[in-house]
Amino acid sequence: MTQSQKSVQQALPEGTVVRVGPDGLEALVALLKQVGYTTIGPTVKDDAVVYQEINTTKDFPIGWADDQDGGTYRLVQGTKGAFFDYLVGPTSPKRYFFPPQNKLWGASKEQGHFEVEKPAEEAPSYAFIGVRSCELRAIIVQDRVFGFAREDQHDKGIFSDPYYVERRKKSLIIAVNCRRAGKTCFCVSMGGDPHVRHGEGFDLALTEIMEGSQHHFLIEVGSERGGLILALLPFEAAKDQDLVARKTQAEKARGQMGRTMVADVNPLLKNNLTHSRWEDVASRCLSCANCTMVCPTCFCSNVEERTDLTGDHTERWRTWDSCFSIDYSYIHGGPIRKETKSRYRQWMTHKLSSWWDQFGLSGCVGCGRCITWCPVGIDITQEAAAIKKSEECQT
Amino acid sequence: MTKQSSCKGNCRCYTAETGPMVPRPFKVVEIWKELADTFSMRLEPLDGCPAFFAPGQFNMLYVFGVGEVPISVSGDAAQSGEILHTTRIVGNVTKAMSAFKPGMTVGLRGPFGTRWPLDVADGKDLVFVAGGIGLAPLRPAIYQAFADRHRYGNIVILVGARTPEDMLYAKELARWKSRFDLDVQVTVDHATGNWQGRVGFVTKLIASGGFDPKNTVAYTCGPEIMMRTTIKALNDRGVTNDHIYVSMERSMKCAVGFCGHCQWGPEFICRDGPVYRFDQIAKSFNIEEL
Repeated sequence: MTQSQKSVQQALPEGTVVRVGPDGLEALVALLKQVGYTTIGPTVKDDAVVYQEINTTKDFPIGWADDQDGGTYRLVQGTKGAFFDYLVGPTSPKRYFFPPQNKLWGASKEQGHFEVEKPAEEAPSYAFIGVRSCELRAIIVQDRVFGFAREDQHDKGIFSDPYYVERRKKSLIIAVNCRRAGKTCFCVSMGGDPHVRHGEGFDLALTEIMEGSQHHFLIEVGSERGGLILALLPFEAAKDQDLVARKTQAEKARGQMGRTMVADVNPLLKNNLTHSRWEDVASRCLSCANCTMVCPTCFCSNVEERTDLTGDHTERWRTWDSCFSIDYSYIHGGPIRKETKSRYRQWMTHKLSSWWDQFGLSGCVGCGRCITWCPVGIDITQEAAAIKKSEECQT
Repeated sequence: MTKQSSCKGNCRCYTAETGPMVPRPFKVVEIWKELADTFSMRLEPLDGCPAFFAPGQFNMLYVFGVGEVPISVSGDAAQSGEILHTTRIVGNVTKAMSAFKPGMTVGLRGPFGTRWPLDVADGKDLVFVAGGIGLAPLRPAIYQAFADRHRYGNIVILVGARTPEDMLYAKELARWKSRFDLDVQVTVDHATGNWQGRVGFVTKLIASGGFDPKNTVAYTCGPEIMMRTTIKALNDRGVTNDHIYVSMERSMKCAVGFCGHCQWGPEFICRDGPVYRFDQIAKSFNIEEL
């Protein structure tokens, strides 16, 4: 097929499922790069699977899986040749839409006056490959925080962050269904699923199927843009047995959830803001902020002034911040949340309870990162369960 | 109240391109000392866009090379085209700001937040209770009440300061005190020098204040401990929580709900506050370190 013939090809309709081999996935990565995307995907770095720019499927964590539990993460040998046997690592697509630090604007001074220079940098077009279902839902959560597609709501006091919105608008998301769930996974009890659902914002969704010597991928179309891209690739129609295998895989992963969040955690925490459990968890919590750094929905930031040595040029930078830092709540006279128990309570009640009031959904997607990466293995599901249990004892 | 003051930041000064984090340039027209640690400045926009606010709202003021702070607006909302801020020196930014000279440029984002709602007090008595610098955010509401004096019953203004030297807007308070259509009472925690006025917490003035508790709306701003006792004293007189408005203060880095710093339970104080009807936040108000 010639280039011109390809360009007139129609988009595959949403919901179409096709089948490709590993070489088909390679062709997809090459195509994405060819049409100008910066391809971001999973790769092994520093003994963990992280998101990073990738150039080929060979960069994927091929054959690697991970063993995660409270306070522990280890890469282990997974299914030989599998691309997506690992689960979520410490990073998420968040760091590309809302980077750990980004310049808001700069300014130069002249005789008591200054001129603001807006950043001229053009937003990159990212294509993410390997985004998990929980990460998709985390993106939906941050879309609400940063006002993506909510420009119409400005008069209600909702603002949009142009930095986030530009990157988000231009990005393409290729999700991957989880083949298994880990010991710290609890997406199902947070209303999610290890397999992606339509309406969750993916352009294409992959399912990796390995049976005997067979290794192939199902690709499902989730958007018009995804359908256009897929139409440019060679593929076969999905077979009935593929769809059965995909369904079996989803059921298996659903049954493997290592953790469960108690039901009705939002009102539970609202009713227990002065519970003794906060003291208990504070005796273990190091207030290190790891949970907030790995969380795919945490959005708190600081704004820093960075001035050069002449004092004539300055830049305003937004950096990730954490409600676990004592400075976070500082106003003249001292910090508001002096105690670790107050800071842990802020984090957990925000995530599971007040997020509903603020944004109409849960701030937790059940990815389990905060459990895995907590150096002392504090488990948000156990903390919630402990409060629930004490309530049941009282009644 | 002007039509523009209903704007919550969606005027043409905020474009999708610049976003809400880029300040507008304002000129310092005038700057003067109010107290040993407090100053006021009058600002004028340099970009040709209008300047406006509603009583109770705040701006983010930016000092080149130093940083940005939330400061409530203290002038008269009916005086279009200029913005007046009264600021207490508490940190690096406010200190640098106090050294401004007329003609210098300050960055301004805003106005942000909720207003003191005077429309709910039609035909009622108004009680303003201010502690220290808390008078600064209340003053625009007081000006508005003066402008529509006929709409209200009694107007009671109760002001407390630590010492006579800390009494903000003292000359203006004296002028107000000379009016026949207001009840203005001031008190200090500690008498110094030749102070012959009242000594004691401002909340003590509430018990004897000339207002009808059943037909009153109260507006209070000051340190949280002062607002707490004010609310108690108002409740004791029979003013219910749904007739009391408070202004809250927390750390703020963005003022548009992105940075998270001002969270207080489910509230973003920058966006949902700073002014709240007390019954709506009474639960949070009573939880320590929330």
